[in-house]
Order: sequence, then structure tokens, then C-alpha cells
Amino acid sequence: MNKLNFLQPDKNNLNTYLYTGVILVAFSIFIVFLNSFFNKDIVSFLPGPISFFLPLILGFIGLHLIRIDYSGYKFLESINKNINTNNFNAFLSLLIVFVVIKSLPPLLSWFIIDANIAGDSKDVCTGSGACWTYIKIWFNRFMYGMYPNPEQWRINLSFIALAFLGTIGFFATEKFKKYLTLYYVVVYPLIAFFFIFFFISGGPIFFDFSYGIIAAVISIIIGFFIPSKFKMYYFIIVPITLYILLKYVFFYEELIELGKLEALEWVETGAWGGLSLTFIVSFFCLIFCFPIGLFLSLGRRSDFPIIKYISIGMIEFWRGVPLITVLFMSSVMFPMFLPEDMFIDKLVRVIIAISLFEAAYVAEVIRGGLQALPRGQYDAAKSLGMGYWKMHILVILPQALKLVIPGIANTFLALVKDTPLIFVVGLLEIVGMLNLAKTNPEWLGFAMEGYVFASVLFFIICYAMSKYSYNLEQKYKTER
Amino acid sequence: MNIKKILPQLLTLLVVILIFGFFSYNAQVNMENRGITFGYGFLSQESSFDVQFSLIEYDGSHSYFRAYLVGLLNTILVSVIGIFFATIIGVVVGIARLSNNYLINRTAAVYVEFFRNIPLLLQIFFWYFAALRALPLPQDTEPMFGVFFLTIKGFFVPAFVWNNLDIFIYSIIAAIITIIFVRIYSRKKQEKEGIQIPVFSISIGLLIILPLLSFLFGGVNASVEVPVIKQLSQSGFTYEGGIKLPPELISLALALSLYTATFIAECVRAGVQGVSKGQKEAAASIGLTPNQVLKLVVMPQALRIIIPPTTNQYLNLTKNSSLAAAIAYPDLVLVFAGTALMQTGRAIEIVSITMLTYLSLSISISIFMNWYNKKIAIKEK
Repeated sequence: MNKLNFLQPDKNNLNTYLYTGVILVAFSIFIVFLNSFFNKDIVSFLPGPISFFLPLILGFIGLHLIRIDYSGYKFLESINKNINTNNFNAFLSLLIVFVVIKSLPPLLSWFIIDANIAGDSKDVCTGSGACWTYIKIWFNRFMYGMYPNPEQWRINLSFIALAFLGTIGFFATEKFKKYLTLYYVVVYPLIAFFFIFFFISGGPIFFDFSYGIIAAVISIIIGFFIPSKFKMYYFIIVPITLYILLKYVFFYEELIELGKLEALEWVETGAWGGLSLTFIVSFFCLIFCFPIGLFLSLGRRSDFPIIKYISIGMIEFWRGVPLITVLFMSSVMFPMFLPEDMFIDKLVRVIIAISLFEAAYVAEVIRGGLQALPRGQYDAAKSLGMGYWKMHILVILPQALKLVIPGIANTFLALVKDTPLIFVVGLLEIVGMLNLAKTNPEWLGFAMEGYVFASVLFFIICYAMSKYSYNLEQKYKTER
Repeated sequence: MNIKKILPQLLTLLVVILIFGFFSYNAQVNMENRGITFGYGFLSQESSFDVQFSLIEYDGSHSYFRAYLVGLLNTILVSVIGIFFATIIGVVVGIARLSNNYLINRTAAVYVEFFRNIPLLLQIFFWYFAALRALPLPQDTEPMFGVFFLTIKGFFVPAFVWNNLDIFIYSIIAAIITIIFVRIYSRKKQEKEGIQIPVFSISIGLLIILPLLSFLFGGVNASVEVPVIKQLSQSGFTYEGGIKLPPELISLALALSLYTATFIAECVRAGVQGVSKGQKEAAASIGLTPNQVLKLVVMPQALRIIIPPTTNQYLNLTKNSSLAAAIAYPDLVLVFAGTALMQTGRAIEIVSITMLTYLSLSISISIFMNWYNKKIAIKEK
């Protein structure tokens, strides 16, 4: 039998150390467990400070005793390696375990055990826990804002359709793969417009935008037969002419007649709200800020001094000011810059403001990618006789954008997290609706439940986005 | 110069000029219709509104410019507090993320993922409307350590009442200047003779001894003023004396520092991970002690990676402090772009001043950062 040295446990008396250590650790955890779950302090006969620190001391000694190298037990070794490498680590690990055990019962009781969800009025919420009834009753408002209840299927239908159309890329066959970019950049946003303005907004606005869509579709179809030499000019001139013709010449009479039909009730943007508004604003800002940012970043690296300095000015201006002042500007200052009879909808103003703001950040991210490319790529493309646009579209941008996927994803995440700020102009997305519900005299005092609910929602959305971007990054990773 | 180069530039310039011309023409017409003349003269007029919380003396009889200063100082105050705590939390969490202890590592990761995926505005609302509203009323508050009172009306902390504060400050400045000289001297000595002077312990000693001397001989003394409860009405109580930190300030600083700390933690982690293992091994192999390895080899390289993005985060925090307007903390946006704008109706002037303030702040910092980056960049031969 070897001598027992409790200051330096070793392999020789493995079992002695192991049993003593495990018993001590288990006992310390047991004390804390009883204390927190059953409110029983079995060591209360000891003087105050000692009984308070006893579990920590016992557990610490126990962990010290089981810190034995080469014991041969896999489990013990993995514990020692992961949470018990030295005294300091052991102490912190114990502290974390105890805090978790200690905080579980109050959290559980607030979230589940003492919480209420039954019933449909405030009176059922008598327990000390959360009042999920409040969320249940207000759920509709948190999702759709002040949007009239019987019309809400329009929002649902649009979102489902858009989600479905958005996933088409995964099912496309090899033959159609080359059209996917065109689809996602041009066609999909147009369809989204169509849905938002026809289904969600309703009213005569639909006709305006349907002309736009018809014009776009016709010009794209004809565009396939136009020689590529004239394509640039064609796509600038023809759609606009078609739109104007449709609106003012061909369909003018019909518009008035159809307007009387009032197929769908018009819901003004002020009534939109809740989580659906968060989605709409983020979606459109996402679509707009990317191309604007792309052009700004190209402009910043351009050889033309005027374009370069205008781009730099734009980028630095938007990046230098807080979003809230930009929204202030769009709500109080921007109307001063427009002719008196011209009125731009609040939501549109907000979307423009946020898009420009985020575009500056996207531009800087893309610039990072462009700068990371070696000069040889430019030289090689030029030596093949490619022009500026051909070089960027075929050689530079595909590589640069691949590099900056994480950065762009971060910017988009920031965008989604910035949407609650639109309360400045009086639009109430989900956080705004929470604040409105909180001040309702019948439902006072449930602020906590609302914020927890919204936090969970946002966490799920943002976390999913960041994980998706990580997958994307892995998928497009190429060895250089 | 050929036409192909000039034409696109001219076109862009033309478009920009047209847009600006259109806007300014409309602004002129609109202002004429409303009978406002453009100008910054209103800044010296009497503001006639009150601000709840102000660092400098201010009431309704002061000018709009003074109101602007009040807002600016409040913004700076909350930013400085936020930056201070965000840095501490961020560095601790960032190092915890690198720990080989699984539990610590996971806890830090959960903290980072949780707090940075929730909108900052939501967090501010949570602290202000939900968490701090659960605090007790002034009359029911149990004091912390006998002198701190955390109530629903704010956090009351004892204040120091100083005599001869200026001498104390001079002593600290003198200590810092001496420390700088000691550092220069020790570096020269090391370069010449290879002898190292324990600069760190000397600096700490100087920082303690010189202010202590000012207490003993300079006639400096400080007394503590503890907040005392005072009855305002039948059921209304408050504390008098000491310093009152309003709940708006607390919740804003809390949310800002907890949110920004997650980003700083990631910067710290990336920085420390960015120093290659070979550097540490090489340093150890030429006989440096672990402390010297950290101080002379790892930290300088890690800081080179950490500092630029962290400065960016500080800037973001400062800009995010404008969310104060949502919970009525009187910062620049609320006082100036909110109340003052409502009263004067001078949208263009006020919004432009507010934006210029933030813009000049961030541009000056980014110019400084460019200079700094150039200075510390590794010069390869």
C-alpha cells in the first residue's frame, strides 16, 4: 500500500482518491440541488458563511482529488481534460454548474410551472409565473399589426407563395441552372412586388404595378431576340416606354372601370405591422441594398476621379451617421425636399432610407473582397480582351463575392436587427406592437412576457440566418 | 483624355447636380411657403424647455445651443460608460471563448450567440420596461453595502465631496508624466546596457504615492455624502444627496455594453487566434519567460488584429447610443433632433447639425484609425 498524499493525487491509490473525490463532488452538487429545488438547507447547522461556501469547498477538494493523469478510465480523462485541468478551471466549472442548478427552478417556474396560458382574459393570470395568455390573445396583432383580421389570408398567401418561389433554385434542373441568377435578381423581386402591392396593399395601386410587370415581362421576352450590341439601350428605353404606353394610352379607360370594381380592399401601409412588416421591410431592403452597395463599391475603386469621390462621399456619409437620424431625416427633413403636391408613402421612404444606409456597409464589405483579389486576376482578364463590365461580371465579382459571404451575411443580420427602428416614423413592427400592447389599460404589467417572446423570435430568425450563411460559406469555399 | 473617359463622369456629375438642385429648389419653395428663412441664428434663442438629466447647468432660459451641448454631453457620457463596460466584458468573454474548459467555453459562446442575435432596441426596452420596472420603490429598498440604493426611480450612489480637488488632479497628472519619463529612461537603459528596470511596479507605486502625498501635504481631503431617504408626499419618496443615475441611463448603458461586448469578444478571440503558434514557440526557444512571451510577442501581434475592429465597435456603440430616444434618455437625438426640432420646426438645420456631429466624430476616428493602421502595419522587406 502506497502512502496517501492528498495534496498530489496519483495513480497508485486510484480508487481511494476516486471514491473520495466523486463522493465529495456529488455531495456538493446534492446540497445545491436540494437547496434550489426543494428549498432545504441541510447544512444550515453550520455558521452562515461556511454553510454558504461549503458546496464550493467540498466540490473543489473533490475535483482536486480526481485530477489524476493516465487513470485508464476514458470518462474520467475526458472530464479532467475538459473541465478540470487545474484548480482555477475546476473552481470556475463548479461555479458555473452551481449557478445553472440554482437558476433553473426560478426560470422553470416562471416559464412553465407557474405560467398561465388558458383562458382569454387577464383574470386567469394569477400565478407568479409568466402570463402566456397575453401573448395568445395578442398573437394576431404581434404578427399582422393593425391589418384587418378578415384580410390576413392575403399576407399569409403572399409569404407562402414567396417562400415557395424562393426555394425554386434548389429544384432547378441542370438545364435551367444558368437562368437562376436572372430569376433571383430580376424576376423574383418583381414577383415579390406584385404580391406585396397586389395582395397585401390591395386597391388600385395593383394596376399601376401590374403594368410595370407586364412591361417588364414583355420586354424581357423580346429582349432575347435583340442583338447583344443594342441590349443595353434596349433595356433602358423599351420597358419605360411600354409602361407609359400601358398606363396612359391603352388601359386608361379600363383602369377607371376596374378601379370601381375594387377587387381587394385597400389597406394603407400605416395599418401594416407586426412581424410581417419586419419581414417586408427586411426583404425589400435586402433586395435593394445589395445592388446599390455593389455599384458603390465598384465606383469607389473606379479610375474616374469624379465617380470615385462621389462614391466615397456617399459611403462615408451613410456609414458615419446613426440609422435613427437617417430615419428622422426621411420623416421630417425629406418632405421639405419634395414639391408640395408630391407625396411618398411612409413605408417607401423608410425602405429607401434603410436600403441606402445598409448599401454603404455592403459596399465596404464588397470592397474588402475586391481588394483581396490578386492583381493577376485583373491582368489576366484584360489580356483576354475583356472590357470593364465583362471582366467584372465573369471574373472578378464571382470570386470577390464568394470571399465576402460572411461579411454580407453580417450586414444582412444587422439590417434585420435594425428594422425595429422604424418606430421613429410611426410604423409599428413587432417591437412597436409590443410597446403598444404594453400600454393597453387592460393588459398592463406584462411587458416582460412580450419582450421575451419577441427576443425568442428574433433569436430564431437571426441564428438561423447566421447558420445558413455559415453553410453557404462552406459550400462556396474554393481552394486558392 | 478621350471622350470615353470624360462622358460617364460628366453624366454622373450632371445627375448628382440635378438631384441636389431639385431638392434645394423644392426646399427653398417649401420654406418660403411656410415663412421660414434658412439660417442658424435660432441657436442663440431661448429654448424654454427643460431637460430631465443634464451634466451642465441647464434650464429653459438657456439657449438652443446650450441644449445641444447638454444632449451631446449626455451622448458622450453614456458612450463612455458603455465603452468602458463593453471592453471589460468583451475581453473577459473573448478570453473565456478560448478557454480549454468546456463549460466556460460554452457559457461564453451561449452569451455571445444570445445577445448579438437580439435587436439592440429590444434589449434596451427589455431592461427599461421589464427588468428595471421590477425594482422596489424608494421606501422599500434594501441598501447594498449600506450606501447604494437600487430603486425603480434610479440608482443612488454616494458622492465624494472634495476639498482642493485641483491639487489631487495635478498630482495624478504629475504621476503620469513621471511614468512616461521612467519608461523612456528604462528603454534607453535597456538598449544601452541591457539592464531591465521593473517599470510596471514603479508606475503603480508612483500612481499610488503621488496622490497619497497630495492627501498628506496638499490639503486634499474627501468626504462621502450618502444618499438619504426623503418624503415628498404621502406615498412619494426619493433620495437626497449623492449622485442619482436615472433608470434610462442605466438600462441604456447596460444594453449597449452587453450588446457591443459580444462583438468585442469575437474581435479579441480572432486576434488571439490570429497569432500563430510558431511565434510563441520561437519566442520561448530564445529563452523568453512566459510573461515576456505574452508581453513582447503575443500581445503586440494580437493587438494589431484586435484594435481596428474594436475601434469600429466603439464607434458603433456611440452611434447606437442614439437609440436613447426610444426610452427618453435625453441624448443628442432626443433633446436636439426631437424636442428642439418640434419647437422650432427647423428640420433641415437641426437634422443637418445632428448628422454632422455624428459624421465628424466617425470621420475623425476613421482618419485616426487609417493613420494608426499605417503606423503599426508590418513592414515587410
